[in-house]
Amino acid sequence: MSFINYASREINCKIVYYGPGLGGKTTNLQYVYERTNPQNKGQLISLATETDRTLFFDFLPLDLGSVRGFRTRFHLYTVPGQVFYDASRKLILKGVDGVIFVADSQEARMDANLESLDNLKHNLRENGFDLGLLPYALQFNKRDLAAAVPYDVMLRALQIKGEPTFEAVAPKGIGVFETLKAVAKQVLQELSKK
Amino acid sequence: MTMFGSNLVLYEEEFDRINAVLARLWMDANAKIVFLVDKNGQQIAAKGDLDKVDATSLASLTAGNVAATDGLAKLIGEKEFSILFHEGERDNIHISIVGQRLILVLIFDERSSLGLVRLRVRKAAAELEEVLIQMASKAADQGEAPASPFAEITDDDIDALFTE
Repeated sequence: MSFINYASREINCKIVYYGPGLGGKTTNLQYVYERTNPQNKGQLISLATETDRTLFFDFLPLDLGSVRGFRTRFHLYTVPGQVFYDASRKLILKGVDGVIFVADSQEARMDANLESLDNLKHNLRENGFDLGLLPYALQFNKRDLAAAVPYDVMLRALQIKGEPTFEAVAPKGIGVFETLKAVAKQVLQELSKK
Repeated sequence: MTMFGSNLVLYEEEFDRINAVLARLWMDANAKIVFLVDKNGQQIAAKGDLDKVDATSLASLTAGNVAATDGLAKLIGEKEFSILFHEGERDNIHISIVGQRLILVLIFDERSSLGLVRLRVRKAAAELEEVLIQMASKAADQGEAPASPFAEITDDDIDALFTE
């Protein structure tokens, strides 16, 4: 649910990174944070446990400059990936404009990917959204690992509606901005239809 | 769930009214900072000593806090906890829900008091609800929102946002 302020000519949109635990959602956000000019970003807030697992969410506000005279801001959130934090995940999806699913390419995590994707669909429905209609991109992270499942196998298992997919190595930044851009573009295109 | 369509759209007239309510509340309650956020964490308006805080983060964390508390309320069978209060050594935060959709936040220190804040917030909240109702009826009158400023957005516009 974007927020358009005609008085101050601003538009704010919310993008949520979803996916199984330890899949690299926070790493995506950290890379975006590192590579964005200081004047275009706010603080990266991480509500994490002592062992750096996301407890509630990470949050990064990004200012992307102007489109048609409107200052365009994206608020990026991650959800906690661990299964038992489901109540928190549901809360964070409230008012979402676009979702990035960060899948873990390791063979051993394929079940976790599928479970998380099901959970995403379910929680979106609970919030009144349909993943089929929402701006969405799919990222296959950790492509540099030897145990990575082949691309086309991942695609068959996880792609649900012909959404754009990206191979990524989040700590090195490979695929990170490409994925974000793909969703941001869909979000702005959605707005243009309204 | 909401009294509006899916998007919250704010125009000059309502924005000015909201700012006026916040400015008065800020004075009447002797607050350091007053701000209004929507439940999704988007800051709508603010008044006070904003240079010293990260307003965007404050907005997002407030919304997270309210969302978590809402979740707690539902778990024990309450509709919502309409007021949250955090007491610090120096500064305190008073959070209240307005019209089920907005969050009104006050930061204050010993120059004010919880009683005064609660009293002034109650009045301001009623005024803000009126503005919300006005926004809703405006949205209903106009049926469709006016042409989106993004109606003619091009791929180039979007690409331009991401050039470093």
